Amino acid sequence: MTAPTGRPPMTGADPAEPGTGADPSVTVARSGSSEAAPETAATDPAAATGTTDTAAAPTATAAARPGRKAGLTAVIGHRLFWPGVVLALLLLANVLFTPGFLSIQMKDGHLYGSLVDIARFGAPLILVAVGMTLVIATGGIDLSVGSVVAISGALSCLWISGLGDQQDVGGVLVAVGLALGLSLVLGLWNGFLVAGFGIQPIIATLILMVAGRGLAQLITDGQIITINSSPYKLIGGGYWLTLPFGIIVVAAVLAITAFLTRRLALGLLIESVGGNATASRLAGIRSRGLIITVYAFCALCAGIAGLMISSNVSSADGNNAGLWIELDAILAVVIGGTSLVGGRFSLGGTVLGALVIQTLTTTIYSVGIPPETTLLFKALVVTVVCLLQSPAFREKVFHRRGRRPGASPTSADPKVKVPA
Amino acid sequence: MLKKMSVLLLTGAVAMTMAGCGGGGNDSATTGSGGGSGDNTITMGFSQVGAESGWRTANTKSVQDSAKTAGIELKFSDAQQKQENQIKAIRSYIQQKVDVIAFSPVVESGWDTVLKEAQNAKIPVILTDRAVDSKDTSLYKTFLGSDFVEEGKKAGQWLVEEYKDSTDTVNIVELQGTTGSAPANDRKAGFAEVIGSDPKFKIIASQTGDFTRAKGKEVMEAFLKSNPDIDVLYAHNDDMGLGAIEAIEGAGKVPGKDIKIITVDAVKDGMQALADGKINFIVECSPLLGPQLMDLAKKVVAGEQVPARVVTEETTFTQEQAKEALPTRQY
Repeated sequence: MTAPTGRPPMTGADPAEPGTGADPSVTVARSGSSEAAPETAATDPAAATGTTDTAAAPTATAAARPGRKAGLTAVIGHRLFWPGVVLALLLLANVLFTPGFLSIQMKDGHLYGSLVDIARFGAPLILVAVGMTLVIATGGIDLSVGSVVAISGALSCLWISGLGDQQDVGGVLVAVGLALGLSLVLGLWNGFLVAGFGIQPIIATLILMVAGRGLAQLITDGQIITINSSPYKLIGGGYWLTLPFGIIVVAAVLAITAFLTRRLALGLLIESVGGNATASRLAGIRSRGLIITVYAFCALCAGIAGLMISSNVSSADGNNAGLWIELDAILAVVIGGTSLVGGRFSLGGTVLGALVIQTLTTTIYSVGIPPETTLLFKALVVTVVCLLQSPAFREKVFHRRGRRPGASPTSADPKVKVPA
Repeated sequence: MLKKMSVLLLTGAVAMTMAGCGGGGNDSATTGSGGGSGDNTITMGFSQVGAESGWRTANTKSVQDSAKTAGIELKFSDAQQKQENQIKAIRSYIQQKVDVIAFSPVVESGWDTVLKEAQNAKIPVILTDRAVDSKDTSLYKTFLGSDFVEEGKKAGQWLVEEYKDSTDTVNIVELQGTTGSAPANDRKAGFAEVIGSDPKFKIIASQTGDFTRAKGKEVMEAFLKSNPDIDVLYAHNDDMGLGAIEAIEGAGKVPGKDIKIITVDAVKDGMQALADGKINFIVECSPLLGPQLMDLAKKVVAGEQVPARVVTEETTFTQEQAKEALPTRQY
């Protein structure tokens, strides 16, 4: 099953996993309504939007547009189509300005080229954004990731700078363990504030966002800690089997996350908590533990990203490491088609979103956009992506003529507004 | 409840950071009042840009140490590169009725309102290290700091001298400091002015690296890909240069030979790279202006006239000079 036409990108099951997301969550919602949550969206039709939509739309479209046309519209309607187009356009723009942009060569036994750079510098952002995706899927948000990035890098560099022999792999592993351990603790703290005490996620994580930078500065004593450790350098700046090590780490984390959330029930549970926490709880899902886990995972991802960022330049900068990365991560998640309302997420979309952002940054450098206009340029591109992602906008601009009443997305619109 | 809790936590965090960097400050306060003349102790509110580089850290340390030596009570705050933080800090100093306010502006513009507030409260203001573009120069007493245009010129002069026998085009890439900051604007202008006299010098790419190593590396990587033929790198500070060196090495080129590197600042890591031959020339921008600042603060509080512009003493370093200077380098 491919994504049906006219289905807005932010609802419905992930096209990659046919059906999985939709059906059981409806069951959850139903059991909720039958017990004691009448005020919530659990009243059947609304909660079931995702399913009815997915189930009904393809039949309508398939009937209305046979053959090739249906295939084409299915591609255009796919939630990753427009971010993909923007990514392709950005790459194309680069090729026009820098002819050798796409070429990848071997240099000193590793791959070398702009595309490798994009993946390498984008690796921390992808990690943070993947963690953020799961948090957002539960209907939360984590603003503290940037601070966790700084803290993790600061702690590991501080530990390594205190080692007698900085090349000692064991010592570096201890440093990495300490940093990730602390990140995990910070994530648990976020999770407890959100799930344990019911503080709104944006406030709960804002606390750590502000205090965390202070903590990072405290760890580094306000200085930039410079280290000279080749094992540590490997994490963010080194290569393994010709590939940047950071990319391998990202691939591993992605694979594990995808397996846990898409092959096991975890992703489904996260989505159901995000869709309707009360109904999920009544259906027997331990939403509290789940939310805490998700925040801890997000902080762990940020911690790994922090190691990469500090390792790439062999120094820890409590002030600037990971500054504003939370905003880029949220942006990446949204570009990838995950709704901030929660209840649905797409890991593939997030990765694509992060790559769009990193490519954009690289484009600015290589095309030579003056620094004074950099932010404006970024904002313009992001605005375009967001507009293209908006079903209402696409409807107005592209589908004005020749749309059929049966397949008209407007009929689906009112339903979309209800968080599934 | 929620609000209370976050306020509580934030206060805790702030207190923690203050304790972290204010160790020296407390001591000087006790020595001051211990002298029995509590009224005469000068209290200075100092708002630092941040701790973005080794240079800045040395600058902070110099201010803190010399305040201690001079018996001035120092209230120190770190703006973390944000103007709004700095404005907040200055407002809080005005409320605390400090005797003198000193600060290094994050950016050049937008200071009139808060400086007017200080003037109305009759608190003299000293600018350190970076200037503001305010038309009304009566808003501050004096500006103590380096002449960034001069630094840019020195960098340009070395380059002109280095390539005086060559007629080939010299392709230059530039790593600018934080967009809109005085050192970025002036170092760019001074450099451009000197090399502009000869058309063989071409700045083929110029982009901000925010004065940080990470950005310096990232931007340089992109430069190397999009411009295969780079002869010279001019970085507005050492840290960006150090990041760029990693990028150049990663591209299989030799920093200092294949690509000549000029930076500004002369912090220890930079001097080390200069001595190692990875950087070719560093224009010093001395951060050790603490003693001069305390001196000026005392004069200003006493109501004495001070010159409107005080320039810190600075020099330049070649690779040989760096080897000699390195062992005795303080920062």
